Amino acid sequence: MKTSFVAAAVASLLAVGIAAPGAAQTPPNMLVIANRIDDIKTFDPAESFEFAGADVSRNVYQKLVNFDPLDLDAGYQPQLAESWEISDDGMTITFTLAEGHTFASGNPVTAKDAEFSLRRAVQLNKTPSFILTQFGFTPENVEQTIVAPDDKTLVLTLDKPYAVSFVLNCLTATIGGVVDMETVMANAVDGDMGNAWLRTNTAGSGPYKVVDWKPSESVLMDLNPNYGGETPAMERVIVQHIQESATQRLQLERGDIDVARNLSPVDVAGLSDVDSVKIVDELRGRLMYFSANQKNEMLSDPKVIEALKYAADYEGMSNSFLKGQYTVHQAFLPRTFLGALGETPFSYDMDAAKAALADSGYPDCGPIQISVRDAQERMDIAQSLQNTWGQLGCDIELIVGTGAQTLDRYRAREHDIYLGAWGPDYPDPNTNAGTFAFNPDNSDEAGATGLLAWRNAWAIPEMSEKTLAAVVENDTETRAEMYRELQREHQQTSPFGLMFQQIEQNGMQSSVENFVAGGATTAVSYWVITK
Amino acid sequence: MADQNVNQTGGRLGPPVPIWVRKSLATVATVAATILGLLFVTFMIGRVMPIDPVLAVIGERATQAQYDQTFIELGLDQPLLVQFWIYVTDVLQGDFGTSIRTGQEVTTDIARVFPATLELATLGTLIGVLLGVPLGVIAAVRQGSWIDQLARFVGLIGYSMPIFWLGLVGLLIFYGILGWVAGPGRLGIFYQGIVEPITGMILIDSALRGEWAVFRNAFSHIILPASLLGYYSLAYISRMTRSFMLEQLGSEYVTTARVKGLSEWQVVWGHAFRNIRIQLVTVIALAYANLLEGSVLTEIIFAWPGLGQYITTSLLANDMNSVLGGTIVIGTIFVGINIFSDLLYRFFDPRSK
Amino acid sequence: MSTSQGLRDWLLSEEPTSRRQAKYASWYKGWLTLRSNTLAMLGLFVLTFLILCAIFAPFLATHDPFAQDLGNRLLAPGEGGHLFGTDSLGRDIYSRLLYGARISIYIVLLVVMVAPLVGLIVGTVSGYAGGWIDIVLMRITDIFLAFPRLILALAFVAALGAGIENAVLAISLTAWPPYARIARAETLTIRNSDYIHAIKLQGAGPFRIVTKHIWPLCISSLVIRVTLDMAGIILTAAGLGFLGLGAQPPSPEWGAMISDGRQYILDYWWVATIPGIAIFAISLAFNLLGDGMRDVLDPKEDNS
Repeated sequence: MKTSFVAAAVASLLAVGIAAPGAAQTPPNMLVIANRIDDIKTFDPAESFEFAGADVSRNVYQKLVNFDPLDLDAGYQPQLAESWEISDDGMTITFTLAEGHTFASGNPVTAKDAEFSLRRAVQLNKTPSFILTQFGFTPENVEQTIVAPDDKTLVLTLDKPYAVSFVLNCLTATIGGVVDMETVMANAVDGDMGNAWLRTNTAGSGPYKVVDWKPSESVLMDLNPNYGGETPAMERVIVQHIQESATQRLQLERGDIDVARNLSPVDVAGLSDVDSVKIVDELRGRLMYFSANQKNEMLSDPKVIEALKYAADYEGMSNSFLKGQYTVHQAFLPRTFLGALGETPFSYDMDAAKAALADSGYPDCGPIQISVRDAQERMDIAQSLQNTWGQLGCDIELIVGTGAQTLDRYRAREHDIYLGAWGPDYPDPNTNAGTFAFNPDNSDEAGATGLLAWRNAWAIPEMSEKTLAAVVENDTETRAEMYRELQREHQQTSPFGLMFQQIEQNGMQSSVENFVAGGATTAVSYWVITK
Repeated sequence: MADQNVNQTGGRLGPPVPIWVRKSLATVATVAATILGLLFVTFMIGRVMPIDPVLAVIGERATQAQYDQTFIELGLDQPLLVQFWIYVTDVLQGDFGTSIRTGQEVTTDIARVFPATLELATLGTLIGVLLGVPLGVIAAVRQGSWIDQLARFVGLIGYSMPIFWLGLVGLLIFYGILGWVAGPGRLGIFYQGIVEPITGMILIDSALRGEWAVFRNAFSHIILPASLLGYYSLAYISRMTRSFMLEQLGSEYVTTARVKGLSEWQVVWGHAFRNIRIQLVTVIALAYANLLEGSVLTEIIFAWPGLGQYITTSLLANDMNSVLGGTIVIGTIFVGINIFSDLLYRFFDPRSK
Repeated sequence: MSTSQGLRDWLLSEEPTSRRQAKYASWYKGWLTLRSNTLAMLGLFVLTFLILCAIFAPFLATHDPFAQDLGNRLLAPGEGGHLFGTDSLGRDIYSRLLYGARISIYIVLLVVMVAPLVGLIVGTVSGYAGGWIDIVLMRITDIFLAFPRLILALAFVAALGAGIENAVLAISLTAWPPYARIARAETLTIRNSDYIHAIKLQGAGPFRIVTKHIWPLCISSLVIRVTLDMAGIILTAAGLGFLGLGAQPPSPEWGAMISDGRQYILDYWWVATIPGIAIFAISLAFNLLGDGMRDVLDPKEDNS
């Protein structure tokens, strides 16, 4: 008699399970996205510096100049500014603001808001502030250098005549987002210029506003009712944090979501014969590289580095576990950037590697530790390098840690080899040149922890000069050629082994059109999407 | 589980303070000491951890100046004990600090994630009790029969299965292939934001508000992870029930009852089972506590936004305010449940009087 | 034949002539009881098999467990001479499984050497000394008991750095308090016995009493508990490996193998499933054996 009770209980549990709704379909005016968004810490454009944060920010905040999602190759276009003029000495840029832009609060966008936003970003001095301060803005001088004489005009005064494209490209970054001065200052506490409030709230003039954010769970965005542009088709956008690729794939197959943004190569392949789903490839700006600490005597031998560069199975990796998601790329500017270089001088060649090693001061190689964070693709790459470098006779040990742990060692210059990824901070070649090929003072005291060249203790006074020269060159073709030259030299002499550039493979329902993740230069744009 | 040493040493104090006052004071002191110790250990782990909390705040592109500024803002320039002291005094004033990972108050975060864990563990324990207790009783009544063997085997399998693996396989079969249940997470995307939280537990909230569509969806999400956890407590509860029942069924009064001609049903449920109720409550309380703290891996597999996952992710980012806050919650529950079962024993168990 | 018969008789003799004979006899009787328990014998058999696999891994393996072959990745079981297929880097899963058994057994052995010993020392000292030492030690034990176990282990590994040895240390740190409780309880019952009083009168110091006379009496209850805990140790170690905090790649630790394979579970089920079955098999074996041993050594059920 008791057994029947147990059986009944089990049966009823299963019955309720079966009765649960199965496949669903998302409402036509709602876009549902699965993505990894646990890196979001804040929505404040002056502070936000994460990938998922940039995805939100681009749809919430407008900038003086911005990219058209349907024509990214055209470069920056007018947005809040309808035009701009450069003074003859090249040090002053005067923007004229466009009509018809309104914040979600209903306040019109004026030059005063732009002035406030840029000054605020400099004064708060959060991590991304360098994007602006590299033009000579300081918390002390912003009152003179960032000025809006009236509601239609904004004047920026630089410390040097930089390439205009460089300045404007920087203004398209998240930190260039213009916030609603009145709303923000009404929520300021203890002189934080609204920093705490903007962490969880938004006050922009873009097509959407954030309605709800649960950290590491979901972000919910609704239309900004006062948006000045054409009303987007998607009235509500929900981004849900789904860690696992396999889960995203299942949800996509079942129609629970419209877009899956973190599909692994295996799951992309698994979706290829599902008719209702398509995969859209997009080249992104993220690079995968290894770098050798020049404080390590063996690794500062150029021949050893050359051997390591030859002994990496670039094609093997990009055709197996990275298939479709990383393409071989060996220069520090991502493809589609100004001055990008497509040459790949290194291929997997054990003979060349062995010959180089034999010529070096360390023909028997030695112990090398690879610092790598515990992300799947990086661990796979690290294990492949361990395998092929091991064949050279090197004794490779993997030091796996969380992002913060590995980064900590890297910044303290305590690694041997660091296996890392680098994404551009703003869509100008200087964003990568200024870190891979710039290190004016290599001393420990300099503490230039933001520079990859410094982290690897690579002293390059001459190359640093060349990098500096490139940012003030106003002729675009000459500038591009300067970067190509720089990269060729970098490929041969640097302790950086650039390996791959990311291709983002987004899976989506076949009805979804115009999903643009942002290319190598910017972030996702929801307002053009239809389905 | 908590023992009685402190109570014994309290005996020499002399003045005529009622025993229950002394006992309660001693209990409070014990709890305070335990939780303080818990905090101290967690705090020290955080401080020796080779993960830099500053970097977690400012990210990798920050300059040294920004680094130093944040270092001081976080109070890391103070000596360790001073930092600990500041933390404890803040906590006593109800300030658990801000999470560096989510940028929100730790109390806000915990208020969000804890109900998720509570809901999962409660349903898991419920399943464990509803199936485990009858199974244990039957196994004891029919000792040595096939159902006894089955109960034993079910228990052993429960103890031996890596839960993260079972979760993966379960998800694959019931969600991926059969489509019987909803996938990871607590609630389908369209059902979010419909129900205004009351308790934070979606099943209860949606039932209270009469949103049955939300309830069904939430149920379809929770049933698989809760069944998994339920299986684990089933293994434990059925085993304990069986051994308690065996003890009772072997005792003299049961034989007497049988001789008096009571039906088997009355003997088993009316007499034997009545006598193990207190022991059983203790076991269930322990099983419950174990699920509350032991659901970390399940939460990770099922993307369940609960406390276990919160603490783990925070830990790996060296977001120590969050870890400490979470530890206080779990530690307090654990200590609380121990005291509760202790009291139960003291007041109801004839043998301990 | 006759000698083994003689041995059997000697062991089963009703009147042992020496203390040693009595001890061996009780072990032998225990073994006989254990042998009649089919499930326990099954557990013992599986364990022996796994241990042999671990010992003879180099001979049984068909491939180098670390050798990658990106051209032959994710092969199905049986394909291309790979008994259990290959993983995402083209490594032979069967060979990795064999070598992984070594890691699991290594972890269990290390933990079993550390945790009960710590618990034994703390528990007996606490129980024997009494007074404030007892209070302090038991308070510390309570603190560790009140900790979420996996989270404590995680915290320790995060603090010490990922790796097998640190995982062992972390697991031991979370595993010792129950042993301390058991040892203390045993000590309390023994402490005031005539036997200990007599030894005290002979002039033995506390150190000698604890190590020579109390410890041996605590061993049997600890052994039962340890055997029952072994499965838990393996599962915790695998959980740490799964979270990336146990053995480091390319080490073929089973938990880490599941973690590697989870992203392939939809199309290549075997990569994550096979190591999962292996973990299940070894912990079930330990549980079956532990269950049987409890029946032998401690007939009444464990009510803690």
